[in-house]
Amino acid sequence: MEDLIDQSDLVLQAFWLTIQLAVLSGLCSLLFGTVLAAMRVGPVSVLRAAATTYVTLVRNTPLLLVFVFVFVAAPNIGWFVGTPFLVKGVIAVSVYTSAFVCEAVRSGVNAVALGQAEAARAIGLTFGQTMGSVVLPQAYRASVPPLASVLIAMTKNTSIAAVFGLMELTGRMRYFSNNSADDTVIFVVFAALYIVLVELISVGAIGLERRWRAAR
Amino acid sequence: MKYLRIKAAFAAAGMALALAACGDAGNDDSDDGPDVEAQENAADDFDDGTRMKELAESGNITIGVKFDQPGIGFKGATDDMPKGFDPEIGKILAADLGIDAADITWEETISDNREPFIQNGKVDLVIASYSITDERREVVGQAGPYYVTGQQLLVGADSDIDSLDDVKGTEVCSVTGSTSLENIEAEGAKPRGFDTYSECVDQVLNGTVDAMTTDGAILLGYAAENPDQLKVVVDPFSEERYGVGYSLDSPEMCEWITDTLKDAQEDGDWATAFEATLGQSGVETPDPPAMDECPAA
Repeated sequence: MEDLIDQSDLVLQAFWLTIQLAVLSGLCSLLFGTVLAAMRVGPVSVLRAAATTYVTLVRNTPLLLVFVFVFVAAPNIGWFVGTPFLVKGVIAVSVYTSAFVCEAVRSGVNAVALGQAEAARAIGLTFGQTMGSVVLPQAYRASVPPLASVLIAMTKNTSIAAVFGLMELTGRMRYFSNNSADDTVIFVVFAALYIVLVELISVGAIGLERRWRAAR
Repeated sequence: MKYLRIKAAFAAAGMALALAACGDAGNDDSDDGPDVEAQENAADDFDDGTRMKELAESGNITIGVKFDQPGIGFKGATDDMPKGFDPEIGKILAADLGIDAADITWEETISDNREPFIQNGKVDLVIASYSITDERREVVGQAGPYYVTGQQLLVGADSDIDSLDDVKGTEVCSVTGSTSLENIEAEGAKPRGFDTYSECVDQVLNGTVDAMTTDGAILLGYAAENPDQLKVVVDPFSEERYGVGYSLDSPEMCEWITDTLKDAQEDGDWATAFEATLGQSGVETPDPPAMDECPAA
C-alpha cells in the first residue's frame, strides 16, 4: 500500500494509458463497427459478403491472437515496426471490438420497423440518407444496452496490452506485485480503478437510455 | 467397424509405447548435459519427518525451471527434458536424494508464478533464474546463491547503444512485472513489457524496440543463437544472485540445498554443469559464489 501511495504518479500514468486505450479503441470500434453494420444491411452484395466474412473471421479469433498478430507477427514481416505502441494497441483492440459493435448495431437496425426504411425510400432518400437520417438514429437507440456491454468488455480487454509493451493498469499492477509480499491490496486497488471505468460506461448507457426513451 | 477402431487404438498405443521407449533410450545419451550419478539409499541419510526424506522415499521430485531461456533453462518443442544450467543444478540436488534425472518432473515456471507455485506445492523446488531478494524471502525460502550475474543489454549488432546513458528515451523490452524492467525504467528508458524473453528477442531482431534487458547470462544465451545480429553491451549494472526456491513450510531444506551445492562446487560438478550450458556461449567459467547462511529454523 505504501508503494502505491509513494508512486501514485506511476499508478495515475497507467490509469491514463488505460483510459486512452479504452477511449480511442472505443471511438474507432464504434465508427468502424457502424460502417460494417451498414455494409451488412446494405444493397451491395460484395460489401455484404465482405462485412459478413470479416465479422465471422474476427469474432472467432481470440483477442490474444489478434494482439500477437499486430505486435509480434506483423513486425517480423516489416509491418508496424515504427508505429507507436499505443497506436498498435488501439488497432488490435479496435479490429477485434468492431466485429462485436457491428453485430450490436445490426441487431438495432433489425429492431427498426421495415416501414421506416420503405417510407424513406418512397420519399426519394438514397441508401446513405436512409441509414444516416432514418435507420441508424433509431437503431442506436435500440442498441444502447448491447453496445454498453461490448464497450465494457472492451475496456477490460485492454488489459491484454500489459504483455505487449504497454504499461497500462494491469502491467503496472504486475510491476507493484513483483516487489510486494502482500499482493491482495494492490490487486484490489487496481481492480477498483477498472470498476470506475466500467461504472462510467454503465452510467453513461443508463443516461442515454433514459434520454432517448421519451422520443420513441 | 467398431472392431477395426479398437484394433487401431491398440496399434496406436503400441506405437506410442515404442516411441516412449525411443525417448528413454535417448535420455541416456550424455548430450543432455553431464551425467550425475544418483545416490543409492539416499533416504537413509535424512532424518524422519524432513521434506528431503519424503522426497527421497517417494523417488520423484517436481522442479520448476524456465523453458524459454537458452543456456539457463530451455526446452524445445520436441525435447523431453529442459536443458541449461538451472536443470543441471536441479539434477545435482535430485541426485543427492537418490532421484534419477529421468524421475524429475520439470514444470515450466515463468517469472510471475514462481512464488504461487512454491506456496501451493505445485513444485518442490524452483530453479528458474530466481534472483534472491528480501521481499521474496518473506514469502518463500531461497537458498544460495548458486550463480551470480548482472543486468545487461541486448541490442542489434549495428546499434549505437553502448553505455547505460544511451538508453534514456529509448524503448527497452523485458518481461512484464520483472525487476529488470523496473531497473531500466529507473534509468529513463521506456519500459516495454512482454510475456516472455523470446518475444522480446523478436522485438529487438525486427527493430520494434531498441534493446532488451535482463540478466547477462540469459542475454548471452540469445546472443549465442544469433551472433551476427545481436550483441550484449554495457557492464552489468545490477547484481542478481540466483537462488533455489523452496517452501517456507519445510525450512530444513535450506541447509540441505546449501550443503549439496557446496559439495558440488568443491568436487567440480558445478563447473562441469556450467561448461556444458552457459559456458557454451564463450564466457569463462567463473568462481562459484559463496552461499548465504541459512536463516535459523
